[in-house]
Amino acid sequence: MSKPSVRPLGWLQVLLLAIPCVAVLIVPFFNRVEPELWGIPFFYWWQMLWVPLSGVFVALVYRTLVVKRGEGER
Amino acid sequence: MNVTATAVFIGLFVFITVLGFASARWKAGDLKHLHEWGLGGRRFGAWITWFLIGGDLYTAYTFVAVPALVFGAGALGFFALPYTVLVYPMVFAILPRLWSVAHKHNYVTAADFVRGRYGSPMLGLALALTGIVATMPYIALQLVGIQVVIGGLGFPTHGLVGDLPLLIAFVILAAYTYTSGLRAPAMIAVVKDLLVYVTVIALVVVVPIKMGGFGHIFAAIPKDKLLLPPPTADSTGMMSFYVSLAFGSALALMLYPHAATAVLSANGPNTLRRNCVYLPAYSFVLGLIAVLGYVAYASGIAKLPELAPYFAQYKAQFALPGLMLHFFPSWFVGVGFSAVAIGALVPAAIMSIAAANLFTRNIYREFVRPDCTPERETQVAKLVSLVVKFGALLFVVFLPLTYAIQLQLLGSILILQTLPAVVAGLYTRWFDAKGLLLGWAAGLGWGIWAASLTGFQKSVYPLHLGGMTIPGYIGLYALVLNFAVAIAFTLALRALGKAGMEDATLESDYVG
Repeated sequence: MSKPSVRPLGWLQVLLLAIPCVAVLIVPFFNRVEPELWGIPFFYWWQMLWVPLSGVFVALVYRTLVVKRGEGER
Repeated sequence: MNVTATAVFIGLFVFITVLGFASARWKAGDLKHLHEWGLGGRRFGAWITWFLIGGDLYTAYTFVAVPALVFGAGALGFFALPYTVLVYPMVFAILPRLWSVAHKHNYVTAADFVRGRYGSPMLGLALALTGIVATMPYIALQLVGIQVVIGGLGFPTHGLVGDLPLLIAFVILAAYTYTSGLRAPAMIAVVKDLLVYVTVIALVVVVPIKMGGFGHIFAAIPKDKLLLPPPTADSTGMMSFYVSLAFGSALALMLYPHAATAVLSANGPNTLRRNCVYLPAYSFVLGLIAVLGYVAYASGIAKLPELAPYFAQYKAQFALPGLMLHFFPSWFVGVGFSAVAIGALVPAAIMSIAAANLFTRNIYREFVRPDCTPERETQVAKLVSLVVKFGALLFVVFLPLTYAIQLQLLGSILILQTLPAVVAGLYTRWFDAKGLLLGWAAGLGWGIWAASLTGFQKSVYPLHLGGMTIPGYIGLYALVLNFAVAIAFTLALRALGKAGMEDATLESDYVG
């Protein structure tokens, strides 16, 4: 049985989770070619950049939520 | 016919077929029970869950449909990337609550949960039907993927003989799903991912080098394709469509029956949460594959005489297979094509299992045979998994589309209408079941009507609001209507004191 070893999301956690979501939805901001990166237009590398970054943000939230490592995983 | 590629393709296919049947013995459980057959006994740890969810998301959608849209429509096709960025934070925040309440009450499907939460078998039925029907076009998309690579191997795909390879693949899929349940796609997903990563890395490294780097490739793309057209004075144009597609697709993904299956088969909520940290690795691959749509465009392979007939038949869907045929040696074409085909079979299996769980739990046991034995229940689920796949086959035959991705977008219009009941239900018992049902009906009705305006060829609706046109994804607009109706009726019923209060769950069942 899983024990409730996690805290519910607080406003800080929701904010951290929302940041990558907002970053890939502000189309008017990133819908342009410049600045290019290795010839790749901004539109493409900006969105690709947020793939690993979203993982980092989720990992941060995970660390703040799980009280003890290993508990609640079964 | 491409003999070497076909030999490799068939060899790998035989291998995963053996694996599929053998997986019945893995982490052995009593396959006569639905949660064993349909959820792998809820014993999948972090690794297998990672492969399973990956197998769910990264499918023929990724390998065939997304590059096709980028190839044909340009920047708009890239919406799949923000879609997969949005998914994991949302899953992280929302789905562990579903896991915990489902675990407590032994719910196998999202419809089980809704039925318990609102004490309404009718609402459960509505959700189950939506899930089953919405899954069929999504499975159909997988079949299109298989069809395209089989055609690419040089088999004829016209007429009765042409349908034979697809039919064989279809029978194999049906047979191992039938015998092994969810264990089969979970195990095959591991092989699938290895093949996919090898193929994608080869494509992303080899092809741009041969073409002189990514800079060259992007430089060859016409400017009007490279970016979304800027908004005009009276219309937000493609920008609002892009955002609504990404957001709507991400919301829909959580609601698909197969997502619930993958989520509920995890062995704990933290297994799920940790997965959200690592699953973006797949999204990165999706982004690279999307860019390959441009590579296919820039390389001009569609005009080569040896490939032009394929593009004529499969249109943009041939972008990625065409690249492989052009740039890879034959034996590696076999590897790449089997990656696409197996990458389509795995989710097709998971999806049909999920739809079968829904039918058995929320229709058969609820309305037809409430006293059926667990053995009988599992037997029905196995049979239904066959019926669902057959339904998907009909979509492929009767709804010819320019872009296969449209199949998934159509399915998502439907499945999004279950959001108020499921997601709102995880947080509050405020809504009334009848209000939710009416909202669901309104959302579905309007959504299907709006899609029919385009002959089901597009999923955009130009909403007119105060002199502005805001083109957006039909599924998302239908969802807004759905919520509005549900809220209005719940308010009315509450005012009359007639709102339902039944609830089989407790506040403490929701963790996270």
